[in-house]
Amino acid sequence: MPYRIVASQCTNCTACEALCPNEAISEKGSTFVIDPAKCTECIGHFDEPQCVAICPVDLTCVIDTSLPRTAA
Amino acid sequence: MAESDPVFHPAEPVVDISDVMQKMAEHKGCGTSSEGGKASCGSSDGPEDMPPEIWEKVKNHPCYSEEAHHHYARMHVAVAPACNIQCNYCNRKYDCANESRPGVVSERLTPEQAAKKVLAVASTIPQMTVLGIAGPGDPLANPKKTFETFRLISEVAPDIKLCLSTNGLALPDWVDEIAKYKVDHVTITINMVDPEVGQHIYPWIFWENKRLTGYEAAKVLTERQLLGLEMLTERGILAKINSVMIPGINDQHLVEVNRAVKSRGAFLHNIMPLISAPEHGTVFGLNGQRGPTAQELKALQDSCEGEMNMMRHCRQCRADAVGLLGEDRSAEFTTDKIMAMEVEYDADGRKAYQQAVEAERQAKVAAKAEAMDGLDAAGEIDVLVAVATKGHSIINEHFGHAKEFQIYELSARGAKFVGHRRVDLYCQGGYGEEDSLSTIITAINDCHAVFVAKIGGCPKADLTAAGIEPVDQFAHEYIEKSALAWFKDYCAKVASGEIVHAPRGDAAIRQGALLAS
Repeated sequence: MPYRIVASQCTNCTACEALCPNEAISEKGSTFVIDPAKCTECIGHFDEPQCVAICPVDLTCVIDTSLPRTAA
Repeated sequence: MAESDPVFHPAEPVVDISDVMQKMAEHKGCGTSSEGGKASCGSSDGPEDMPPEIWEKVKNHPCYSEEAHHHYARMHVAVAPACNIQCNYCNRKYDCANESRPGVVSERLTPEQAAKKVLAVASTIPQMTVLGIAGPGDPLANPKKTFETFRLISEVAPDIKLCLSTNGLALPDWVDEIAKYKVDHVTITINMVDPEVGQHIYPWIFWENKRLTGYEAAKVLTERQLLGLEMLTERGILAKINSVMIPGINDQHLVEVNRAVKSRGAFLHNIMPLISAPEHGTVFGLNGQRGPTAQELKALQDSCEGEMNMMRHCRQCRADAVGLLGEDRSAEFTTDKIMAMEVEYDADGRKAYQQAVEAERQAKVAAKAEAMDGLDAAGEIDVLVAVATKGHSIINEHFGHAKEFQIYELSARGAKFVGHRRVDLYCQGGYGEEDSLSTIITAINDCHAVFVAKIGGCPKADLTAAGIEPVDQFAHEYIEKSALAWFKDYCAKVASGEIVHAPRGDAAIRQGALLAS
């Protein structure tokens, strides 16, 4: 369940939304958010979390440390 | 679209554009009136220089024909925010509304909003003939939105040409779709054909669900770009290549790029200066990478010119720009405003305007030929001159109001448009500012003269002191004809010994943000 988007970093470019294999990303207000209940860190889908790999601004899609990791 | 024969007919009457504009304005019940009126225009990129089927495609595309850019306008709709690569000259976080660069946009649109906006603009600006999708990300990284926008626009405004600008990574996957929507102009940004060079320009690409970096990333990118170009050429889709000139990184290499894209059928090569300043927050801006000087850029463009057509009139516009190149009317067409507009698509008015433009263009050839007489006396002399113009190829701008100067090279071969220089507004609120004047002098320092419709006494004296002759005696006359008349006089003075011809120095390319008008 663990990626989240740092709102102040997000440019609203929409790139992550279409790539998410779990449809966990959606637009909310002026930024995008990840539904923690749907995020799987892309485990079982891809080698890298897609939102992290495509994001044009570093440190925008980050592990949400307040929630338990999907990865061991 | 104007149905005019591309072959030159010297005796055809000229239709006055301002008449047509006025009639259209009256028809719409608004008070617009056009600038200029009777205009002529000149460039070597005329119908005589290319096959008729190509001329038909480019004649009213401002980005593909220098000649057309004086008359025809384009608009970009920002429906494609996502990107699949990262470039060291781009920072997507930077979104100042006054900034004017590719990759920067004030608001993104849905395909439906974009279609409405195109109709609104086309009905207000009859010379708007081209709709482009250029981002602010990459159109082909947003294929659904991009092609839905093309579909909607081709339904409501079938006379508008469609084009897109891409980094090329996804291009091979979408060439058939591009052909299906009759997109007949595609621009690919190609900054290198050697991954050794490319790794210093692209930190990463997103490829097959992975982030690739360094040499590997640049290798995939260049292979995909060149494959995409070949596929466009096979299908008869015109390709323009944009290259960003980055001194010390790819400046020498761009000659090789030029050869590579020419051999794969590219139609036009547009070498642009890197825009780089720390406040942009780009990798290049922050690490102090400089852009080229005006003379460095011109020398590279000149050295590639023998190989293929070079574009020199690019204004590096925003992904939501509206209007003639060099102007931006996007503030008139914000989403709020267009959604409130009642739009009636005036196909007949647009056609009348565009036919008038064609008649004008055909008349210009005679005027140009006349001005060529007596140029032999120039011998080996060539000079650059700057021109203050609002368009229509007329010297019709006040020195203090000019936001850019067009640069012409004058020689025994005639007058040739070789570029433009952006400058800060010198006159703001009716008074001149010293600092802005020095900015202008820096920007046109390689010119022997500056042609203006009007100029105040102080700037006139300062320009003269800087060795740039202010010329205001050709106000509201055609640029090329006037410049050549001045040049003949200049050469005569050199011949008589009245003045000594000396080359000028270099000039700076402006790096700061262009304020929206």
